[in-house]
Amino acid sequence: MPTIILFAPLVGALLAGFGWRVMGERNAQYLTTGLLLLAALLSWIVFFRQYESAEIIPIMRWVESGSLNVDWAIRMDRLTQIMLVVVTTVSSLVHMYSLAYMEDDPQWNEGENYKARFFAYLSFFTFTMLMLVTADNLLQMFFGWEGVGVASYLLIGFYYKKPSANAAAIKAFVVNRIGDFGFALGIFGLFLMTDSIGFDVIFGQGSALAETRLNFLGMDFAAVEIITFLLFIGAMGKSAQLFLHTWLPDAMEGPTPVSALIHAATMVTAGVFLVARMSPIFEYAPGTLIFVTVIGASTAFVAASIGLVQNDIKRVIAYSTMSQLGYMFAAAGVGVYQVAMFHLFTHAFFKALLFLGAGSVITAMHHEQDMRNYGALRKKIPYTFWAMMIGTLAITGVGIPLTYFGFSGFFSKDAIIESTFAAGTAAGSFAFWMLVIAAAMTAFYSWRLMFMTFYGEAKGDKHTHDHAHESPIEMLIPLGVLALGAVFSGVLGYSYFFGEAVGEWFGTSVYINHETNTVLEAAHNVPVWVRFSPTIAMLIGSLTAWLFYVAKPGLPAALAKRNHGLYQFLLNKWYFDELYNAIFVKPALKLGRFLWKKGDGSMIDGGLNGLAMGIIPWLTRLAGRWQSGYVFTYALAMILGVGALITWFMFTRGTL
Amino acid sequence: MSIGIEHYLTVAAMLFVIGIFGIFLNRKNIIVILMSIELMLLAVNINMVAFSSYLGDLAGQIFTLFILTVAAAEAAIGLAILVVFYRNRGSIDVADVNVMKG
Repeated sequence: MPTIILFAPLVGALLAGFGWRVMGERNAQYLTTGLLLLAALLSWIVFFRQYESAEIIPIMRWVESGSLNVDWAIRMDRLTQIMLVVVTTVSSLVHMYSLAYMEDDPQWNEGENYKARFFAYLSFFTFTMLMLVTADNLLQMFFGWEGVGVASYLLIGFYYKKPSANAAAIKAFVVNRIGDFGFALGIFGLFLMTDSIGFDVIFGQGSALAETRLNFLGMDFAAVEIITFLLFIGAMGKSAQLFLHTWLPDAMEGPTPVSALIHAATMVTAGVFLVARMSPIFEYAPGTLIFVTVIGASTAFVAASIGLVQNDIKRVIAYSTMSQLGYMFAAAGVGVYQVAMFHLFTHAFFKALLFLGAGSVITAMHHEQDMRNYGALRKKIPYTFWAMMIGTLAITGVGIPLTYFGFSGFFSKDAIIESTFAAGTAAGSFAFWMLVIAAAMTAFYSWRLMFMTFYGEAKGDKHTHDHAHESPIEMLIPLGVLALGAVFSGVLGYSYFFGEAVGEWFGTSVYINHETNTVLEAAHNVPVWVRFSPTIAMLIGSLTAWLFYVAKPGLPAALAKRNHGLYQFLLNKWYFDELYNAIFVKPALKLGRFLWKKGDGSMIDGGLNGLAMGIIPWLTRLAGRWQSGYVFTYALAMILGVGALITWFMFTRGTL
Repeated sequence: MSIGIEHYLTVAAMLFVIGIFGIFLNRKNIIVILMSIELMLLAVNINMVAFSSYLGDLAGQIFTLFILTVAAAEAAIGLAILVVFYRNRGSIDVADVNVMKG
């Protein structure tokens, strides 16, 4: 059954991609969607199985080279099950949604075919993502890792007529390459130390790796620290963590369903999945885990602060995604991988819901994405409004502390915040405060989005507002299903991901070193004020948003004017892009220009031209003068030659 | 001061070099080139005879006679060629003898 789940999207992608001319565009779309729905159904069936230990389903021999033996196999355990459900569910809903969303795209003219291609890409992405999550060894995972990178590139650049989309696609690919380099180095390191890249072998070596020393860049570290650090670099790239995050907001150039599928629910969570999957070795690397915590918490804070002031509806959600990924890493960093997976699980629902809702708003508003031109859409698109409302309630973490009443984000986010507090370390308390502040900001920007879009007065083009219409049923069904997930996934999953059933439910898929790591138990015994803190932060953020955008709409502008520097700082995304431009892009361009103009133009071309047009003719003229035809010239040459030969012979006696 | 072999060799070397320079520095007359060649042959002859007497081996002197014979024949042929050349070109200037140039 897992084999069918894995290959259904591939079959769909191949048939739709190469065969749509035969079967027609419409059929290609239905075929891929149907296969994905099948995969999703099977995933849910598989999800309710319980594996004692990981079940390996071999598919074929892959690489045999020296001591490197790699099988292509599916590894079924709790982590894979969770990811299968998340990926196939969101993907099938996004397929269904795209049936309507991509129907008439203003990017294309009448008669141009693009829909089958889009669906083939979506299915291809799903296949590679499934390859990633079902991997039984690091090579397979790397294949999936790069595959989703390619699919992401293709889909971000799907509107290839727009230069900005092409630039964003290239940026995503290049920034990911930095992370992938770290990931590849980490795999090499693991192979160097354990002589294997299969998970079963690696996972048994955690404590041994902790005792081995490895020299890296001239410094001596525990091998496990370096390897996990390098693997985490890969995770940072894919999951858009601080310093490697600049591609994610730009990736919003792609169609909105793509943003929902790839850049919210699945691909960007691959980094979190990697850390959870590698927990048997991360557990032995306390240094790396501190780094993970700090990066995660900082990302959550920075991204949320940028999200406060963005005006593009998709960018707000993109920064929100980045921020929530930071939450997940903070959880993984303090050693509660199950909670990280919990947030991944709930986040997939409510973030995909928000993105698809945003897509619905965008179609309703004729592809207008600037929230300043929205307003008062509540009555015009009521279903979308309620879907977005549920998504917002879920992401802000609305719920009643100490009870089981709340939306999904309430459970998972609070679990993370409590865990960071329970960690009791310096990094943990840093993360705790960062995440609480980020929770307030999350509430603010989420409600700001809601208020600017659905409340207030209609702003912008009046004509567009008059023609705003509710989306077709294909788009509303996915919204409904995801809304169910956003409401109930938290309360249903709480006991399995965080509560009393967690140990049994996760089985051996996540490793916790119980001698050093008791965070999961401690998180249930935190003080009451800690358990209230995220809710209070959420309330503060929500009320501020209400004050700013409903009660006193003039306030934000005044505040932005008063704190002009801070506002610009946030609006320009902490100047990360400008910084990278100055540090990396400009020098690289300069170096390139130098090598092009001076190196290629002057040295190579100039050298060849100089040789061919300067030195060689000069030599020919010189040689030509010797060919005078006069006997004495030849005689002189002969004499000089004989003289030289004799001299050489006399001095060396014929030996060289 | 007794005359040793080195004096003979020195005279021969001088003659040889004079012969060489006669070929190069002469820009006028082909006959001078022929004369220079004769001079170089004579220098070789002197070397031969000097070594022959020094080593007490007659072979050198016999060779000298052969060389003289060849030189005479060569001079005869060379002058004959010159005569023919003059008939054809109306000049025996060295500067005119450059038809070999490509």
